Amino acid sequence: MSELLQFLFSGVTVGAVYALVALGFTIIYNASDVVNFAQGEFVMLGGMITWFAHAAGLPLPLAALIAIAATAALGVAMNKLAIEPARGAPVVSLIIITIGASIFIQGAAQLVFDKQIHSFPAFSGDDPIRIGGATILPQSLWVIGGALATFVGLWVFFTRTLLGRAVLATSNNRLAAQLVGINTNFVMTLSFALSAGIGALAGVLATPITLTSYGVGIGFALKGFAGAMLGGMGNPKGALVGGFAIGLIEAMTAGYLSSQYKDAAAFIMILLVLFFMPQGLFGRKSTDRV
Amino acid sequence: MKKTLIPTALGLVASLGLTTAALAEIRLGASISATGPAAFLGDPEAKTLEILVEQLNAAGGIGGENIALVLYDDAGDPNKARTFATRLVEDDEVVAIIGGTTTGTSMSILAVAEDAEIPFISLAGAIDIIDPVKRHTFKTPHTDRMACQKIFEHMQNQGFTGIGLISGTDGFGASMQAQCKDVAGDFGITIVADETYDPKDADMTAQLTKIRNAAGVQAVLNPGFGQGPSIVTRNYRQLDIGLPLYQSHGVASDGFIELAGTDAAEGVRLPGTALLVADLLADDDAQKPVVTAYKAAFEGKTGIPVGTFGGYAHDAFLILTDAIARADAAEPAAIRDAIEATTGLAGTTGIYSFTATDHLGLDLSAFRMLEIKDGKWMLAE
Repeated sequence: MSELLQFLFSGVTVGAVYALVALGFTIIYNASDVVNFAQGEFVMLGGMITWFAHAAGLPLPLAALIAIAATAALGVAMNKLAIEPARGAPVVSLIIITIGASIFIQGAAQLVFDKQIHSFPAFSGDDPIRIGGATILPQSLWVIGGALATFVGLWVFFTRTLLGRAVLATSNNRLAAQLVGINTNFVMTLSFALSAGIGALAGVLATPITLTSYGVGIGFALKGFAGAMLGGMGNPKGALVGGFAIGLIEAMTAGYLSSQYKDAAAFIMILLVLFFMPQGLFGRKSTDRV
Repeated sequence: MKKTLIPTALGLVASLGLTTAALAEIRLGASISATGPAAFLGDPEAKTLEILVEQLNAAGGIGGENIALVLYDDAGDPNKARTFATRLVEDDEVVAIIGGTTTGTSMSILAVAEDAEIPFISLAGAIDIIDPVKRHTFKTPHTDRMACQKIFEHMQNQGFTGIGLISGTDGFGASMQAQCKDVAGDFGITIVADETYDPKDADMTAQLTKIRNAAGVQAVLNPGFGQGPSIVTRNYRQLDIGLPLYQSHGVASDGFIELAGTDAAEGVRLPGTALLVADLLADDDAQKPVVTAYKAAFEGKTGIPVGTFGGYAHDAFLILTDAIARADAAEPAAIRDAIEATTGLAGTTGIYSFTATDHLGLDLSAFRMLEIKDGKWMLAE
């Protein structure tokens, strides 16, 4: 029993990080139909900038805030410089542009920071908490709490505020939203900033557990994408559930099958979803009027 | 006719002088993984080579000839390593190659070096690099097999008979896992639990839980390098397993202690070289002068504490320059023969003596069992 509980804790911890990445994917996908593969790099930047600022002497909370703000600004810059100029291009081209941006950010991180592996202290200490024979780190609780709080915050934003509803309207029908007077350019900027900020938050919370270096972005992006696909691309609830699901599937595979195939689990899930349930768990089946 | 004869003759002599000046340069090639998953290992190696070449050239080079270092970064990718090795041989026309930070990249480079008959000194751990012996390939680090033997020797002294194994699936981790399984029986040790993890994984609690729950586990061994072992060590402390944890020489550097955290790294044992305990060496230790000199040069130039990996590059360079000084000519074949004739050369990793059948040149004596206490390296009892 305690074994199962340990696997559960391990799965939920990484799952929370994947869920945050998946949420980031969802926001940008909703605003522009683009799957932003640079999402993983935002997570990397969140961790690396926090380490850099902290190592330079700033207190940890301030370093974290700076990292989130800087990454959000970078997301906005990415939108302005890479996505907006190519507005009229097919979605596939835009996705490829985001892959290019991801490679660029990775290369820049190597030069600006360095190529070593880094970490910073956990927020509330390293002493594991014992529950029912299994242990969980306090930092894991931070990550899970962060994911849930972000989800709730986003839900409130999208359903209860005018700006959030404007974002939903833009994603539903861009032309109609423009006609109603919504500034769609601003909505795009906001989506990228929000998505980058959430990615950075994931990086900040997860780094004391997963460590960070310039190359961690791709792994997070792929697993987060798998989570978003599983839950239904474009559905925030799906992103949350999908991310946690992928984390749990990974942990259970490592625990009960073989640790060799842990990574394969996430990618087999993507294949299964694409074959049998392309709209994911919570996605709507799309219909085209002919 | 007479008027132009003397200036022409002088011009001829002068130009001959210029051509010999152009030839008076020994071209040394290197393909190191300064970035990528092995950056931990490759970055100090690259810095060490640059510092040593500069130092040697400032002191007049070898027999008046300067060393020209051509350094490439293969980022830990065996395909890139092969490309760079080919470029070194064909375009840069080097007389020898140092490199192959990881086992994977070393295997690629040695294929090219053997084909082109250029001496290659590898900086990686797996035994397959020099066993079976290849004519032109040598290596400086202790093999993974030796690490297993050293660790098992210590475990046997402690009275352990059953252990758990958790290995990285990279070239070195997998190779050491296989070697340890091979030699365990020689020390009366049974491997009762055998788990693996991907080098890029962020959480190994599942695998460690399985090991903890296996019956008869008295200690745990973790072959691997990079960030994996750091995370294993942290998870180990988190799960409070309480049994002794042994690491491989793949993490013998201060960076490991920093990443794992002083708390988690307390009591971890691993086989390391004299570099990490330079201050604890006896004054009459043959390695002490070399170790102290390298430590001062490296730490003075870079401000980073020394680690075994920079030491491997230092020793490779030492072996090569010592061989070139003894060789008849700065040509690949002569250098290769001179390397193979090396005896009793004290490096930072150990004392090297190569033969036609031994291209590693080390035995277990230079390998010291270390234990981490209070974030510092101590000799284990």
